[in-house]
Amino acid sequence: MQMNTPVGPNALDTVKDGWVGKPLDRVDGRLKVTGGATYSYEVLQAPNTAYGYVVQASIGKGRILSLNTRAAERAPGVLYVLTHLNAPPQGEGNHHEAHPVLTGPQVAYFGQPIAFVVAETFEQARAAAYLVEVSYDRQPGNFVLADNLNRARRPQSTGAPADSAVGDFDSAFAAAPVKLDVEYSTPQQAHAMMEPHASLAVWDGENLTLHTANQMLSQGRLAVARTLRIPVKNVRLVSPYIGGGFGAKLWVNADAILAAIAARQLHRPVKTALTRQQVFHVTTHRSDTVQRIRLGTDREGHILAIGHDSYSGNLPSEQSYEAAAMQTRTLYAGPNRLTRHRLAALDIPIASSMRAPGEAVGLLALECAMDELAEKLELDPIELRVRNEPDEDPERHVPYSSRHLVACLREGATRFGWASRHPRHGQVRDGRWLVGMGVAAATRGNPLQPSQATVRLGPDGIATVRMAMTDIGTGTYTILTQIAADMLGLPPDRIRIEIGDTAFPEAAGSGGSFGAASSGSALFDACNRLRGKLAAAAGVDARAARFADGRLQAGGQSRALTDLVGAGGLEADGEIRPGDTEHTFSQQSYGAHFAEVGVDADTGEVRLRRMLGVFAAGRVLNAKTARSQAIGGMVFGIGAALEEGLVLDRRSGAFVNHDLAEYLVPVHADVPAIEAFFLPELDDAANPLKSKGIGELGICGAGAALANAIYNACGARIRDYPITLDKLLPVLPTQS
Amino acid sequence: MKAFTYERPGTVEQAAAAASQPGAKIIAGGTNLLDLMKLQVETPQRLIDVSRLPLDRIEETPEGGLRIGALVRNSDLAAEPRVRRRYGVLSRALLAGASAQLRNKATTAGNLLQRTRCSYFYDITQPCNKRQPGSGCAALGGFNRIHAVLGASSQCIATHPSDMAVAMRALDARIETVSADGRARAIPIEAFHRLPGATPQVETDLQPDEVITSVTLPPPPPGVQIYRKVRDRASYAFALVSVAAVVAVSDGRVRSARMAFGGLAPKPWRVVGAEEGLVDRTAVADSFNAAADAVLEGARGHGGNDFKIPLARRTLCAVLAEITQA
Repeated sequence: MQMNTPVGPNALDTVKDGWVGKPLDRVDGRLKVTGGATYSYEVLQAPNTAYGYVVQASIGKGRILSLNTRAAERAPGVLYVLTHLNAPPQGEGNHHEAHPVLTGPQVAYFGQPIAFVVAETFEQARAAAYLVEVSYDRQPGNFVLADNLNRARRPQSTGAPADSAVGDFDSAFAAAPVKLDVEYSTPQQAHAMMEPHASLAVWDGENLTLHTANQMLSQGRLAVARTLRIPVKNVRLVSPYIGGGFGAKLWVNADAILAAIAARQLHRPVKTALTRQQVFHVTTHRSDTVQRIRLGTDREGHILAIGHDSYSGNLPSEQSYEAAAMQTRTLYAGPNRLTRHRLAALDIPIASSMRAPGEAVGLLALECAMDELAEKLELDPIELRVRNEPDEDPERHVPYSSRHLVACLREGATRFGWASRHPRHGQVRDGRWLVGMGVAAATRGNPLQPSQATVRLGPDGIATVRMAMTDIGTGTYTILTQIAADMLGLPPDRIRIEIGDTAFPEAAGSGGSFGAASSGSALFDACNRLRGKLAAAAGVDARAARFADGRLQAGGQSRALTDLVGAGGLEADGEIRPGDTEHTFSQQSYGAHFAEVGVDADTGEVRLRRMLGVFAAGRVLNAKTARSQAIGGMVFGIGAALEEGLVLDRRSGAFVNHDLAEYLVPVHADVPAIEAFFLPELDDAANPLKSKGIGELGICGAGAALANAIYNACGARIRDYPITLDKLLPVLPTQS
Repeated sequence: MKAFTYERPGTVEQAAAAASQPGAKIIAGGTNLLDLMKLQVETPQRLIDVSRLPLDRIEETPEGGLRIGALVRNSDLAAEPRVRRRYGVLSRALLAGASAQLRNKATTAGNLLQRTRCSYFYDITQPCNKRQPGSGCAALGGFNRIHAVLGASSQCIATHPSDMAVAMRALDARIETVSADGRARAIPIEAFHRLPGATPQVETDLQPDEVITSVTLPPPPPGVQIYRKVRDRASYAFALVSVAAVVAVSDGRVRSARMAFGGLAPKPWRVVGAEEGLVDRTAVADSFNAAADAVLEGARGHGGNDFKIPLARRTLCAVLAEITQA
């Protein structure tokens, strides 16, 4: 089916006491906690598997003058050393889905793979990797975004345009009675998912099976085929379990291509995993941003002019930019608008999508600017947002598919006790802690991607669902189980979900908050078609049929489904395609974050005391996994506000803190009382499930709520993330 | 990681003899050494595993102190009732360090000998005088937010990352060793860790044929004991600044004071003159600031770590105020 019009009432609405929405435990939970879920590096293969280890460039830009692999080749157990001198020519991937490896002596960024050592064991490969001798012709590089803003250009954009303008921003801003013009900056960030990138490549003649930690297998399969210059039908990607991705595994990374090339050369399976330290340079990161926000209002706080300029950086060969101003096109009303994205060419590792690309850092700026504006206007920050609630999308002039931002703000204010917040900063003290509260809006675009599914009901009463979907820890197995159970009237233990394999129908994969909606809608469609076949087998009208307790009921008759499927079972295919509702509606999910922080009056240490997120994101498919997703995103926001930031050495272009001892993400002790709550909402322009994406909404705006709470606590407005104590020290009160 | 031989000597003397061989390195908990070996920052040819030697007991000394075996795990030491009762500053320092999993493996002697967390030390593609003498110091002019403001040299500005050792410095611990020939030695902790000077690769006074057998604590000094660790997240982060303080106050006057600092210097830092200056002073902010002046005399930032100087002052003043109010 294609989403050309809102779906109206459908089968999912009529299920009585169904599984969809219930807090069903993860169906794969037991496997995961008992070690039964097999991740890419754990796949057992024939005993002749060889192991690869990546050798990285130790300069930021330049050229390899010589690469001596003799010592490495003579080291114990070494089978093969792959370099640009012996690597096969490769095809260019489309967009940034895959990058050819070892293409020449040029070094484009620090840590770039320059060789791949393959040995009988991982330890032998790693030891030999240190024996590869390299000499370089170093060239000066452009590493630092802030130094290259004037060289930044408007990026070529395949999706939404990089710039937008409505009305006359410049004149309206100049004439506005109340003005705010502020610059925020956010650092480069790393995904820091638990499972490092890992791949096992196995060739059978001309056919490649690649076990690889990858979020979007169907797309990855095309990318692998193009890069290796082999037919798509010869490539199979397998990835049933993935230890987190957050965007770092959207694309096919060097580990997969290197393993595939080496395995082909050696006629042996080759397995490789990046070390934690290697992940930081070899794979992608989120670009840093420099953002300028301009807000002009009347004296009552109605926005007259809203402007958002955002700069980010990437390799000269890349067009991917951090779309930090995107949400500013839809979040608030205002007749005069301007958003612009600029991209600086930098000699740094590849910048790409990380959880909520755009909004995650865009809202760190916009939602703090709104807080600054509220103070200027002497308005409550919630009231300012309510006053700027638009009737329709202010740039596209189409209706919102559903939008309950104000309801989220109001509900959250009540639940959090917002009324007890002191409107002036620095007024609340608890022992050595200066205490403050902050609020921020959350919004995230709600895309839908083409996806397909097959469902087959066997004579044993088991329904088997197949699609090349992935579960990156989000709960895909579980929500697909719930959807199939309700649509077919079967208990969850009668549903088998088989995903993570491109031998199955093409699926959207996990990314951009589209995974559950896209894969779930394809399954919904497949189940609907299977219901049609079952009804036909029973000789009844499908529209009148009810499916419950393993039976079909219609017109007074009740038939066991197992009696209808025949000896061979019944199968149906389904699909979802985005359609006109993408254009006729403005589709986002919404929410509101509330945070209370303490700032140590002596040291400037910031500790979160409690946090609440209230969200409206369409139908909640599983109350438990949805809450986990939301809270996980909020924890990301805590990190973004207080801790996370790659440190770029401006001399070498290296990320200095490339391990988890010095790249800090929140630990348990940083996350005290935290709660997420979903308002009831159905969005029937989004997809047949009437759900919206929730994988990224939790991070959007979360960090801004903390930053605003810090301001409320101590009066320090830090516009350069993360807000570490060294930035607060100069503005702390004198010790008593 | 380079291939190495592995041996497990049966006595302390055998361990010391084995450790004195070229390319030998002692391993106990391995929480730091193994990481460094994987990165080839450390490339021992022989690993001498001492973890099964009988050095894991905590005993009373005749003087009324405690003798802590070199292999006592950080978790066990922190939880030991006598340590908690008499040396609270040590227990709290231990619990402020690392994670529960690491503390379960890490040993007392290993904690003293852990290497710096300077990022350039951990990356063998970068210059580092500590790792490769003469190659330069990438932290000077680079990322030095976590680096030293006291006791550093033009060759090295790395800090010692331990929390435990800071508390031990305040408690005047002594490090006891045995050599291959059976000779025993006790090294005061202030002489155990060395400043980098022109030889940052030499971090301690430990000789190649010496093995640490125990750490002794004198009887607990009078006063309130506090360990305050300032860091970038609530747990599992190294100290930006830490203060181990044992201070006695009565009738509004300081009667005795010991103050050791982590995160500021290449070794646990203590300025006896600052402590003596506090004695008999009224316990008020002016006195605390004067003590901070004495501690931070000569402190010098390198750009990214300039903030540590005011941070150390504020933290010390806060700790002293807290003790006064206790």
